[in-house]
Amino acid sequence: MLKLILSRVIQTILVVFILVTFVFFAVRAIPGNPFASEKANSPEEQAALEAYYGLDKPLPIQYANYWKNILTKGDFGDSLSLKGRKVSDLIAQSFPVSVKLGIVSLFFGVLIGIPLGIIAALHHNKMIDYLAMIIAMAGICVVAFVLGPLFQINIANPLTFFNVAGWSRTSDIFLPALTLCFGVAAYLARLTRGGMLDVLSQDYIRTAKAKGVPTIQIITKHAMRTALMPAVTYLGPAFAAIITGSFVVETIFMVPGMGQYFVTGITSKDYNLVLALVLFYGILMGIANLFSDLILIFMDPKLRKA
Amino acid sequence: MFRNLIFPALASFAFILTSCDSRSDVEVANEANILIIGNKGEPKGLDPQLVSGVMESNLIRALFEGLCVEHPSKDGEVLPGAAASWVHNEDYSEWTFSLQTDGKWSDGVPITAEDFAFSYRRMISPDPAWPAKYASMLYFIENAEAYHKTQLGKILCGNDESFPLTWEILKETNFAGDPLISAANFKGKEFSELKEAELADFHKYLDEGETVSIKNLANKKFDKLSSSEKKIFLNLKGLDHLDVDQLGYVQKNLNALKWSEGTDDTVKQEVISRILQFQKTEDKPDLWEKAQVGVEAVDDFTLKLTMRGPVDFLPELSTHYTWFPVPKHIILQYGKINTAFASQWTKEGNMVSNGAFKLKKWRTNHFIEVEKNPAYWDTETVSLAGIRYLPIGNNYTETRMYGDEQLHLTYTVPAELIPFAKKEYPNELRQEAYVGTRFARINTERDPFKDPKVRRAFALAIDQAAFCDNILMGGQTPASGIVPPLAGYPVSDKISFQPEKARQLLKESSWGDKEIPTLTFLTTDSDGGRTEAEVIQSMLKEHLGVEVRIIQREWSTYLQLQRDGDYDLSAAGWIGDYLDPTTFLEMWRRGDGNNNTGWSSKEFERLLDEAGQIADPTTRIATLAKAEAIFLDENPVLPIYFYTTNYLIRPEVKGWHPLLLNNHPFKFVKIEK
Repeated sequence: MLKLILSRVIQTILVVFILVTFVFFAVRAIPGNPFASEKANSPEEQAALEAYYGLDKPLPIQYANYWKNILTKGDFGDSLSLKGRKVSDLIAQSFPVSVKLGIVSLFFGVLIGIPLGIIAALHHNKMIDYLAMIIAMAGICVVAFVLGPLFQINIANPLTFFNVAGWSRTSDIFLPALTLCFGVAAYLARLTRGGMLDVLSQDYIRTAKAKGVPTIQIITKHAMRTALMPAVTYLGPAFAAIITGSFVVETIFMVPGMGQYFVTGITSKDYNLVLALVLFYGILMGIANLFSDLILIFMDPKLRKA
Repeated sequence: MFRNLIFPALASFAFILTSCDSRSDVEVANEANILIIGNKGEPKGLDPQLVSGVMESNLIRALFEGLCVEHPSKDGEVLPGAAASWVHNEDYSEWTFSLQTDGKWSDGVPITAEDFAFSYRRMISPDPAWPAKYASMLYFIENAEAYHKTQLGKILCGNDESFPLTWEILKETNFAGDPLISAANFKGKEFSELKEAELADFHKYLDEGETVSIKNLANKKFDKLSSSEKKIFLNLKGLDHLDVDQLGYVQKNLNALKWSEGTDDTVKQEVISRILQFQKTEDKPDLWEKAQVGVEAVDDFTLKLTMRGPVDFLPELSTHYTWFPVPKHIILQYGKINTAFASQWTKEGNMVSNGAFKLKKWRTNHFIEVEKNPAYWDTETVSLAGIRYLPIGNNYTETRMYGDEQLHLTYTVPAELIPFAKKEYPNELRQEAYVGTRFARINTERDPFKDPKVRRAFALAIDQAAFCDNILMGGQTPASGIVPPLAGYPVSDKISFQPEKARQLLKESSWGDKEIPTLTFLTTDSDGGRTEAEVIQSMLKEHLGVEVRIIQREWSTYLQLQRDGDYDLSAAGWIGDYLDPTTFLEMWRRGDGNNNTGWSSKEFERLLDEAGQIADPTTRIATLAKAEAIFLDENPVLPIYFYTTNYLIRPEVKGWHPLLLNNHPFKFVKIEK
């Protein structure tokens, strides 16, 4: 176990290092000036801004300084677009929001996706199966900017305890989480269905059936553990994806999360913000994958020995 | 496993439902007397001297107050603000403001005339790295421009009684340099390859038969250049920006630089030696005293402003946030006078302001809340307990939030939802005139637009009325000129939809019957930008048979392309900063950071200069109208429409009246339950 954790940590560090290195140079290669505004900067002003943010130095030195500041001072730099604000502060403010939203929507996703998958598998190749899979397909296809406004108009507007958008009431998390969960639920349903079908054709299930064990018990006691493996493996990356890929949902529901920075960071050429996000995302992915592994080990005794 | 999940699910859902207030946000806010408004996005900052956007302005007008305050319902009228009263001389060039004697910053420190003097000095700081984009708003003050741009010649010679010549005579001398012949503009080309018009720029400074190498100009050191190359280099840089060696060279070769006619050699030597002396000084002095900028704190409560010419609208101008005071004691606590973004003085907890409200909470991308400022001089008038600004980036969400009673006031209403809003909220939808113009810039340095006739043809081929009525639907009106309707200024009628005449003009132009190659139309990546571009595209195709390719770029790239002149047509808009035509005309001067069309006209600039010296409002307005006419005859832009504001406002909000600048003074706003 310890060996697995250790190897995963080393893997993550390596991946993050390569990722940051690549993005560091890639983001600087995008055309456009991070300090552009309606009125042209004078050459002196441009030079002063570049000097202030250390962009006047040759690229290799900028790169070395970047790591130096992180490793010695824990400093990820100032945001170039929201001036006077540290990118670490921006992430620190928005990350808890994204985590909350991610957990709740993942929870909804599990709640919808897994039963849907199980039901589909139990009625393999029957009407209910097709229906469940059509719903799952729709969950993948119908994008957030359709679902979000649909919920706003049909749920929030008639019901007083739901606000259309915002992040001040406890109930504000419900609609964005619901909007986000469908994509996850759809994948989970398909993965669960596949896993379930696989398991249900196994000999030990047939044995249980022959012994006269009730169907509900077969599923919960014997089949589910193995059948959910693929779905569980997907949960880790899904969580990371929800947290960082929620740009559309965040703007529609006015959620102050970090998903929007992934887009605005690029469009405003905010090098420091983009890099910090990539770094953060890399680490998050590493942790999420590790958790998936640990849960799998917990669920499958066969893996524990390996 | 299933059972394990169901319980927490139900529990959390029940928790969500029970913890909800059954009242709407607006009801709660009404109770607390707090106004909730949609404000588009996260502000770039809250330092009044470093921002330039509308959403920042909405915040700053609540937090700070200028000498005068906008009248809540009358355009162009003002009420006492930080100044209790003011007087001016006969030609409106000298103003004396008496400050409120009980005026205080939100931390209780008295506001003095020195705070204003400090603020204006900070705004026009000559530090080239000082990023105040709006510093030119203060150029109305005498010598402010010279100080800000470190115009050494003018500062060291122009304000000095012992100088042998008046500044007026030296005006034609090339002090500032010539941005038109920047070597960067001719990258990669040799002198012999330049076009005639481009050559003319160089020939202004060269004698017959002289040539230069542009490559040398860009790459070689000054002392390695030939004498004619040196000449171009010096005129390119301008006298004010030369270093000691270059000044020494000019001292020996007086004719290398362009001087006003009739300047004799002793005067030239005197100018150079003064600048040289300054450049040689090790620790260069700040020129504030020497520049004699027209700002004087006579005593604690008296501020005297001397203007560069008659400015009869100074009280209205002072309601713009560029003229607001900033707290000297706080700014110096967190940095130097010109510490820009590194300063922490605008952070929550640090910020001190002088307006009716003060900063309470600032959560990035979430909300900003301001609360009533108890130290404000006129707290009795202020009714609101606070204002909550929501950075709602999605306009559709904003309208839906309004419908769900989450806001008192929206920032806008998207065009597609206007019919819906008209039906649903007939008494709450406001459509009001807004002092702004939508237009497309024309790149006059490229074919086919080098010919003004072609530009004119394009301007007459836009069916503006159809555009306003069928696409925008927000009450916008066709732009018949560049200056939108303003009280006391005649709206031009030069531009209108005349497809016949447009085709005829195109035929008569130098382009004649030749086919115009496909042109580019640059615009931003907003939804509205795309629609607008497509409409223009189809109109130009239909009426002139010209093919246009739309290029959408995100904001910063769009700005860069426009600045580099890498476009044929480029969508743009301009919102007036104050109620005077100059806010729409000054930007078209040569080399102005907002011109970007490559167009300039000496006559146009002469008329603007002339108007700046006229005290009589009627004559001044007539002169400005003449300048606008020249601009429109030359057509460096395609005017499209005059803006309107479209927004929703709840009936309980009182004291919110139509205003052309859409700058509503929050101190007069009330919530009536």
